[in-house]
Amino acid sequence: MRFLMIIMTSVLVNNYVLSRFLGICPFLGVSKKLNQATGMGVAVTFVMLLATSVTWPIQRFLLDRFNLGYLQTIVFILVIAALVQFVEIVLKKYLPALHASLGIYLPLITTNCAVLGVTINNIRDGYNFAEAMVSSLGCGVGFLFAMVLFSGVRSRLEDADPPKAFRGLPITLIAAAITSLSLFGFSGVATGLFGG
Amino acid sequence: MTKMQNFLKGLIRENPVLVLILGTCPTLATTTSILNALGMGVAATVVLVCSNMAISALRRVIPDKVRIPCYIVLIAGFVTAVELLLHAFVPSLYNSLGIYLALIVVNCIILGRAEMYASKNGVINSAVDGLGMGCGFILALFAMSFIREVFGAGSFCGIEIPGLSKYCIPILAKTPGGFLVFGCLITAVNALSHGKAIKKKDFGCAGCPSAATCGKLSCTDEEKTGEEAAK
Repeated sequence: MRFLMIIMTSVLVNNYVLSRFLGICPFLGVSKKLNQATGMGVAVTFVMLLATSVTWPIQRFLLDRFNLGYLQTIVFILVIAALVQFVEIVLKKYLPALHASLGIYLPLITTNCAVLGVTINNIRDGYNFAEAMVSSLGCGVGFLFAMVLFSGVRSRLEDADPPKAFRGLPITLIAAAITSLSLFGFSGVATGLFGG
Repeated sequence: MTKMQNFLKGLIRENPVLVLILGTCPTLATTTSILNALGMGVAATVVLVCSNMAISALRRVIPDKVRIPCYIVLIAGFVTAVELLLHAFVPSLYNSLGIYLALIVVNCIILGRAEMYASKNGVINSAVDGLGMGCGFILALFAMSFIREVFGAGSFCGIEIPGLSKYCIPILAKTPGGFLVFGCLITAVNALSHGKAIKKKDFGCAGCPSAATCGKLSCTDEEKTGEEAAK
């Protein structure tokens, strides 16, 4: 039940892109086509899960144990950067088919604040390992969900003819505002369903 | 380019947020109140100036192949220092900025300026560039948060404006309002500069360390054909 609530919260209520403003760059940059949006979303979910499975034990067994909590930011970003490189090399070597479809998205993820955000948030929310993994999965799925949703909105924007000053990014942002408004309706759903 | 011009370019002509479209996440997330936005702006500026200076000083030492990880480590070091200072002296700001403070590490303004400017220019010029870009960031954050707090919550720096709080538009201070106000501000900059502001493609993207990959995905077809024609 608790896992269900974490998933529900991170996908719908506290969606990383549409209500917490994390990972806006890929959200605006790579959401033009549905297949690219899906690829990016899957790659981010994958890296989020992997990053959490490494950073959570590091925090618990290394940083907390030796009182090095202040190194969190440096260690986490290094771990994520190294991990992304490592995954790319492994995929290239052993799973070229998967690398061909996800590979181009991987370098973009190193500096994606959603990934660093989810690892730090898992620690700050005091989750245990299983809860942290579920929460990463939820955040990743939430990201994927937002990307897919928004790529649908954007395909309509392509045909629209806004005033000159609005063309390009501004009209995209305003569309994003309306998309995020649609998720606004879910606020309070999780606490309502699961009683806090 | 004189030092003054170097400083001023970051304020308006190459404003990192409104013209180069970098650092969108903190811009959207921390502008619900003016004080938070200013705190975020100042923290990021301090990190930006320090990291620009350090990277520029080390630019001949850092091998080209591993420069991005090196920059990230340097930046993360400065972010940690700022985090600890805020935690010690301004705990209220530390708490309200929360996770976004740690996320300065992945703010593309800082990495972008390191890659675009500090890795090619002297220490003093890089410091001036960082200061200019930082002030531009603060200016943009202030504009955003001013609109969102005054019209969204009917207050200014937490002090209620008599008469206005009854007629405020709460949605502006919430999530959708962030996207909306940001979109409108960029439109205003576009309209005022008559499209003369440097295009995103020329600057923001080149500054981003992942431009090489991202460009393949997000460039529109016209840009691509234009590039091919140029070749």
